[in-house]
Amino acid sequence: MVDVLIWLSAILAGSAFLLALYRFVKGPFPCDRVVAFDVMTIVTITGIVLTALVEGRGVYLDVALIYALLSFLGVIVVARYLEGGF
Amino acid sequence: MDGLLEILGGVLLVAGTAFLLFGGIGLVRMPDVFNRIQAGTKATTLGTLLSLMGVACMRPEWGLKLLVIGLFLLFTNPLSSQVLARAAHRTRGRKSKATTVDLLLEDEEKES
Repeated sequence: MVDVLIWLSAILAGSAFLLALYRFVKGPFPCDRVVAFDVMTIVTITGIVLTALVEGRGVYLDVALIYALLSFLGVIVVARYLEGGF
Repeated sequence: MDGLLEILGGVLLVAGTAFLLFGGIGLVRMPDVFNRIQAGTKATTLGTLLSLMGVACMRPEWGLKLLVIGLFLLFTNPLSSQVLARAAHRTRGRKSKATTVDLLLEDEEKES
Protein backbone atom coordinates (compact mmCIF):
# COMPACT_ATOMS: atom_id res chain seq x y z
CA MET A 1 0.00 0.00 0.00
CA VAL A 2 2.58 2.55 1.13
CA ASP A 3 5.07 1.30 -1.47
CA VAL A 4 2.50 1.93 -4.21
CA LEU A 5 1.93 5.47 -2.92
CA ILE A 6 5.68 6.16 -2.84
CA TRP A 7 6.12 4.89 -6.41
CA LEU A 8 3.11 6.94 -7.57
CA SER A 9 4.57 10.08 -6.03
CA ALA A 10 7.94 9.33 -7.65
CA ILE A 11 6.22 9.06 -11.05
CA LEU A 12 4.36 12.35 -10.47
CA ALA A 13 7.57 14.16 -9.47
CA GLY A 14 9.38 12.72 -12.47
CA SER A 15 6.73 13.94 -14.89
CA ALA A 16 6.84 17.39 -13.27
CA PHE A 17 10.61 17.38 -13.85
CA LEU A 18 10.11 16.41 -17.50
CA LEU A 19 7.57 19.21 -18.05
CA ALA A 20 9.98 21.74 -16.53
CA LEU A 21 12.75 20.30 -18.72
CA TYR A 22 10.55 20.89 -21.79
CA ARG A 23 10.17 24.55 -20.82
CA PHE A 24 13.91 24.75 -20.10
CA VAL A 25 14.79 23.48 -23.59
CA LYS A 26 12.12 25.36 -25.50
CA GLY A 27 12.68 28.77 -23.95
CA PRO A 28 11.95 31.14 -25.62
CA PHE A 29 13.60 33.76 -23.37
CA PRO A 30 16.40 33.41 -20.81
CA CYS A 31 13.99 34.35 -18.01
CA ASP A 32 11.75 31.39 -18.93
CA ARG A 33 14.73 29.11 -18.74
CA VAL A 34 15.71 30.39 -15.30
CA VAL A 35 12.13 29.88 -14.03
CA ALA A 36 12.20 26.34 -15.39
CA PHE A 37 15.58 25.76 -13.72
CA ASP A 38 14.13 26.96 -10.41
CA VAL A 39 11.22 24.51 -10.69
CA MET A 40 13.63 21.71 -11.64
CA THR A 41 15.74 22.27 -8.54
CA ILE A 42 12.69 22.31 -6.26
CA VAL A 43 11.45 19.04 -7.79
CA THR A 44 14.94 17.59 -7.37
CA ILE A 45 14.89 18.39 -3.63
CA THR A 46 11.68 16.35 -3.33
CA GLY A 47 13.38 13.60 -5.34
CA ILE A 48 16.38 13.52 -2.98
CA VAL A 49 14.06 13.30 0.05
CA LEU A 50 12.15 10.47 -1.65
CA THR A 51 15.44 8.69 -2.30
CA ALA A 52 16.34 9.05 1.37
CA LEU A 53 12.96 7.56 2.28
CA VAL A 54 13.31 4.59 -0.06
CA GLU A 55 16.93 3.87 0.84
CA GLY A 56 16.31 4.48 4.53
CA ARG A 57 19.36 6.73 4.90
CA GLY A 58 19.04 9.97 6.83
CA VAL A 59 22.33 11.31 5.46
CA TYR A 60 20.64 12.18 2.17
CA LEU A 61 18.60 14.84 3.95
CA ASP A 62 21.80 16.83 4.52
CA VAL A 63 22.48 16.50 0.78
CA ALA A 64 18.99 17.89 0.11
CA LEU A 65 19.62 20.86 2.41
CA ILE A 66 22.95 21.73 0.77
CA TYR A 67 21.38 21.28 -2.66
CA ALA A 68 18.59 23.70 -1.72
CA LEU A 69 21.17 26.27 -0.56
CA LEU A 70 23.34 26.02 -3.69
CA SER A 71 20.43 25.99 -6.15
CA PHE A 72 18.95 29.06 -4.50
CA LEU A 73 22.28 30.85 -4.83
CA GLY A 74 22.54 29.77 -8.47
CA VAL A 75 19.08 31.07 -9.36
CA ILE A 76 19.74 34.39 -7.61
CA VAL A 77 23.11 34.85 -9.36
CA VAL A 78 21.77 34.05 -12.84
CA ALA A 79 18.73 36.30 -12.35
CA ARG A 80 20.89 39.21 -11.23
CA TYR A 81 23.17 38.61 -14.22
CA LEU A 82 20.21 38.75 -16.60
CA GLU A 83 19.12 41.95 -14.94
CA GLY A 84 22.40 43.53 -15.95
CA GLY A 85 24.97 43.35 -13.19
CA PHE A 86 24.77 43.76 -9.45
CA MET B 1 -0.86 -4.01 7.68
CA ASP B 2 0.69 -0.57 7.67
CA GLY B 3 0.16 1.91 10.43
CA LEU B 4 -2.24 4.78 10.11
CA LEU B 5 0.58 7.35 10.24
CA GLU B 6 2.34 5.70 7.28
CA ILE B 7 -0.80 5.73 5.15
CA LEU B 8 -1.34 9.39 6.05
CA GLY B 9 2.26 10.10 5.06
CA GLY B 10 1.79 8.32 1.73
CA VAL B 11 -1.35 10.29 0.95
CA LEU B 12 0.41 13.58 1.82
CA LEU B 13 3.34 12.54 -0.38
CA VAL B 14 1.07 11.84 -3.36
CA ALA B 15 -0.80 15.13 -2.80
CA GLY B 16 2.46 17.09 -2.66
CA THR B 17 3.91 15.55 -5.80
CA ALA B 18 0.56 16.12 -7.54
CA PHE B 19 1.02 19.83 -6.77
CA LEU B 20 4.53 19.61 -8.24
CA LEU B 21 2.99 18.13 -11.39
CA PHE B 22 0.43 20.96 -11.51
CA GLY B 23 3.30 23.42 -11.27
CA GLY B 24 5.01 21.71 -14.20
CA ILE B 25 1.84 21.75 -16.27
CA GLY B 26 1.38 25.45 -15.50
CA LEU B 27 4.98 26.07 -16.53
CA VAL B 28 4.28 24.56 -19.94
CA ARG B 29 0.79 25.95 -20.50
CA MET B 30 1.04 29.54 -19.26
CA PRO B 31 1.54 32.18 -21.97
CA ASP B 32 3.89 34.60 -20.26
CA VAL B 33 7.00 34.63 -18.09
CA PHE B 34 5.19 36.32 -15.20
CA ASN B 35 2.37 33.75 -15.25
CA ARG B 36 5.00 31.03 -15.40
CA ILE B 37 6.69 32.43 -12.30
CA GLN B 38 3.35 32.30 -10.45
CA ALA B 39 2.60 28.72 -11.51
CA GLY B 40 6.14 27.51 -11.08
CA THR B 41 6.88 28.95 -7.65
CA LYS B 42 3.68 28.89 -5.59
CA ALA B 43 2.47 25.42 -6.59
CA THR B 44 5.90 23.85 -6.19
CA THR B 45 6.44 25.46 -2.78
CA LEU B 46 3.18 23.95 -1.51
CA GLY B 47 3.98 20.64 -3.15
CA THR B 48 7.43 20.38 -1.62
CA LEU B 49 6.17 21.31 1.85
CA LEU B 50 3.40 18.69 1.62
CA SER B 51 5.91 16.06 0.49
CA LEU B 52 8.25 16.90 3.37
CA MET B 53 5.31 16.61 5.78
CA GLY B 54 4.47 13.21 4.29
CA VAL B 55 8.04 11.96 4.76
CA ALA B 56 8.01 13.34 8.32
CA CYS B 57 4.84 11.33 9.01
CA MET B 58 6.52 8.17 7.72
CA ARG B 59 9.84 8.72 9.52
CA PRO B 60 9.19 10.80 12.67
CA GLU B 61 12.86 10.60 13.68
CA TRP B 62 13.80 12.73 10.64
CA GLY B 63 11.33 15.43 11.62
CA LEU B 64 13.87 18.06 12.69
CA LYS B 65 15.96 17.92 9.52
CA LEU B 66 12.84 17.96 7.35
CA LEU B 67 11.58 20.97 9.30
CA VAL B 68 14.87 22.78 8.62
CA ILE B 69 14.63 22.01 4.89
CA GLY B 70 10.98 23.14 4.80
CA LEU B 71 11.71 26.40 6.62
CA PHE B 72 14.63 27.10 4.28
CA LEU B 73 12.42 26.53 1.23
CA LEU B 74 9.69 28.68 2.75
CA PHE B 75 12.15 31.55 3.13
CA THR B 76 14.05 31.25 -0.15
CA ASN B 77 11.35 30.41 -2.71
CA PRO B 78 9.45 33.73 -2.55
CA LEU B 79 12.78 35.57 -2.62
CA SER B 80 13.97 33.82 -5.78
CA SER B 81 10.59 34.31 -7.46
CA GLN B 82 10.71 38.03 -6.67
CA VAL B 83 14.23 38.37 -8.06
CA LEU B 84 13.17 36.45 -11.19
CA ALA B 85 10.13 38.69 -11.68
CA ARG B 86 12.27 41.79 -11.35
CA ALA B 87 14.79 40.42 -13.85
CA ALA B 88 11.97 39.63 -16.29
CA HIS B 89 10.57 43.12 -15.86
CA ARG B 90 13.89 44.84 -16.39
CA THR B 91 14.82 42.81 -19.46
CA ARG B 92 11.44 43.78 -20.99
CA GLY B 93 10.49 40.26 -21.96
CA ARG B 94 7.55 39.55 -24.19
CA LYS B 95 4.20 39.97 -22.46
CA SER B 96 1.05 38.20 -23.52
CA LYS B 97 -2.03 40.25 -24.41
CA ALA B 98 -3.76 39.16 -21.21
CA THR B 99 -1.05 40.73 -19.04
CA THR B 100 -2.19 44.34 -18.97
CA VAL B 101 -1.41 45.69 -15.49
CA ASP B 102 2.21 46.72 -14.86
CA LEU B 103 2.25 48.95 -11.80
CA LEU B 104 6.04 48.99 -11.51
CA LEU B 105 6.37 50.36 -15.05
CA GLU B 106 3.75 53.05 -14.29
CA ASP B 107 5.63 54.06 -11.15
CA GLU B 108 8.91 54.29 -13.02
CA GLU B 109 7.32 56.44 -15.72
CA LYS B 110 5.79 58.69 -13.07
CA GLU B 111 9.12 59.21 -11.38
CA SER B 112 11.09 59.95 -14.53
